[in-house]
Amino acid sequence: MKLTFSAEDEAFRAEIAGWLRKNLVGEFAALRFRGGPGDEHMFPAERKRWEQKLAEGGWTGIGWPRADGGRGCSIEQQVIFHEEYARAGAPGRVGHIGEGLAGPTLIAFGSEAQKLKYLPGILAGTELWCQGYSEPGAGSDLANVKTRARPDPVGGGWLINGQKVWTSLAHEADWCFVLARTEPDSQGHKGLGFFLVSMHQPGVVVRPIEQLTGTSEFNEVFFDDAVAADIVGEPGDGWKVAMALLGFERGVSTLGQQMQFQNELDEIIRIAKSNGAAVDPVIRQRIAEAHTGLRLMRYNAMRMLSGSDSGHDQASSLVYKLHWASWHRNLGVLAMDVLGPEAEIIESAPYNLTRLQSLFLFTRSDTIYGGTNQIQRNIIAERGLGMPKEPKGKLS
Amino acid sequence: MEFRFTDEQNMIRDSAAAFLQDVSTPAAVRKAMVTEAGYDPELWRRICQELCFQAITVPEAYGGMGLGQVELAAVLEQMGRVLLCSPFFATVGLGVNALLLAGSEAQKQQYLPAIVAGELTATLAWTGPQAARRGGQWGCEALGAEWQKTAEGYQLSGELRYVIDGHTAGLLIVAARQAASQGREGIALFCVPAGSQGLNRQWQPGMDQTRHQARIVLNQVCLPESARLAPEADGAAVLETLLDLAKLAMAAEQAGAARQVLDMSVSYMQARVQFGRPVAGYQALKHKAADMLLKCEVSRSAVYYAACVAQEAIDPDGDKTLAGELREAAAMAKAYCSDTFFFNAGTAIQLHGGVGFTWEYDVHLYFKRAKASELYLGSGAAQRELIASLLLG
Repeated sequence: MKLTFSAEDEAFRAEIAGWLRKNLVGEFAALRFRGGPGDEHMFPAERKRWEQKLAEGGWTGIGWPRADGGRGCSIEQQVIFHEEYARAGAPGRVGHIGEGLAGPTLIAFGSEAQKLKYLPGILAGTELWCQGYSEPGAGSDLANVKTRARPDPVGGGWLINGQKVWTSLAHEADWCFVLARTEPDSQGHKGLGFFLVSMHQPGVVVRPIEQLTGTSEFNEVFFDDAVAADIVGEPGDGWKVAMALLGFERGVSTLGQQMQFQNELDEIIRIAKSNGAAVDPVIRQRIAEAHTGLRLMRYNAMRMLSGSDSGHDQASSLVYKLHWASWHRNLGVLAMDVLGPEAEIIESAPYNLTRLQSLFLFTRSDTIYGGTNQIQRNIIAERGLGMPKEPKGKLS
Repeated sequence: MEFRFTDEQNMIRDSAAAFLQDVSTPAAVRKAMVTEAGYDPELWRRICQELCFQAITVPEAYGGMGLGQVELAAVLEQMGRVLLCSPFFATVGLGVNALLLAGSEAQKQQYLPAIVAGELTATLAWTGPQAARRGGQWGCEALGAEWQKTAEGYQLSGELRYVIDGHTAGLLIVAARQAASQGREGIALFCVPAGSQGLNRQWQPGMDQTRHQARIVLNQVCLPESARLAPEADGAAVLETLLDLAKLAMAAEQAGAARQVLDMSVSYMQARVQFGRPVAGYQALKHKAADMLLKCEVSRSAVYYAACVAQEAIDPDGDKTLAGELREAAAMAKAYCSDTFFFNAGTAIQLHGGVGFTWEYDVHLYFKRAKASELYLGSGAAQRELIASLLLG
């Protein structure tokens, strides 16, 4: 068991840190510490250009295999990349759904032709993706998707009809991967397909959802005979592909996410020291608890990435989402309590929130999206402890 | 970065688990815990001879296995699981660490081979009655004994409390302050053999019967010059590092015990049928179990992290940056594991329902151990205040 990195890995760290120092300047300087959950609506055009800058530097798809145009970096180097990226305050990636989800899915399940068609745009940072999973009636119960795919009598492919919801960055995306029913009367996990759909066509309408922060980064997406450009895997295989993709979400980017959390906690500590809250014994306890929770999150993630236990449902990864989501929500509350009454005053009318106010409000979504805390607890109890599965009901 | 057990470490962990589950059964624990010694000497002999756990961190030069803090943590985790009644924590987690950290070559030669041979147990004694009065402080401010220089060496007097296995240990390592010194000044550690003149030791029965502690009175105990550990070193710093290592050792035990009460609860809930199905199927109970598992996993991460840091701190060639995190890492591990074990043990009583409240079921043994190990070396809140002082001044 070792926590230190090799000399080669440290050289890699110096390389990425140096590149970021040199390139996160000029028009990109304003992007430092911007973007990411709760701030996704900010600077979309500049952040798209930043994606292309990253690509020029060879910093996109670093974990992808070399054969697919990636850099083939080890887990350690990917960890280091994400840490240094966040440490430098580089902006939240608008390309992360393509790079982290669509790309790995295509690499695992796509045909050669599909890889050639889609991967270069993702790597170059020129084509952005969004994820069409959740629907009004299919949140935690994802197998309940109703969006339909029917054979296209004219083009020979598939036509998509239905509605998706909570679609992050759909308003910026060029492509959407859509889970839809290929067999009209199928139920549950069966009869689904995994489709790649262009967002730039008449049958696709994106409607922003205004959040409690007063801003929008989620959307509703309506498909009305939208043409699917491709299907990944066979019709009926959609659930398998979709689930594999959820597995990619538990990746090394968690370490980068933690560096962002660290930036937020550092800001709270700075305020506590300057406004006197740091002498309050209760605040001291809570700051120490937050600090401890974040440090241990890091070591839990490192155990997860090192594959400490056997099997893909290893306990350290099962608990990860519940841990960070609850921790982050509590951090938002701590930020407000450290600020005291000043926490209530917004930057300006009509409703321009400060970063910490956004954090406080937005973190209420952390314990909902990607599987609510309650669903996470079911998964932990069932897969981690072998407790009985929830009975499945059916409303007649 | 390889933040997982090596094959060798897995083997040590697995052999510890298999042996301990076999010998430290609930019946064996209950039998040992009511004796004055608090452990079964025959079982301790088997541990020393068949598994050599007492030798785990002792360098090969003294006949030991020459392994490190990670291996020690792995073994302690399994001992915590079964509430092993033994002088292991005191001997290895306190005594051996003290000798490794601050012992002279002669002291190491004298004591370590005897510990390896299973002939000698040891412990660390430092807290006086004022530790309790100050709301559970365990550092330099809580010392209960004083030393003064004599023509032949040193003389120690005072009263020490909460000394784990202090009434049975063959070697007491006593931290004391020079008469009239204050704060971090004048602190020194001494090897006090069990038979020393003027040493009075009494078992102090506790609510947690699975680990015994003693009250010790030092009445003008005379020691030779050679009894003092690291006379040149900053005694306060040595003691603090020792306590950091002790926190880690305790946290490792707590992490193991926290997982065991969870497994016991799940197994009970699978068997217990109410309203026509096992209560393990009810979401309210599953969610409690999930919270327990989360805390267990994070506890293990905390322990392994602190163990890696401790290893770097003990190794003279260790990574200095990581070694510098020891104070904080140990406090984080002790805080998180203390809270986890107590939460899990308390929740386990609830999940067991009425039988969880009975003497017959073992959950209460864990519940009591949880509170005792939480209070020892300072509670979660005390650790967090330490962390806060590092962060906020």
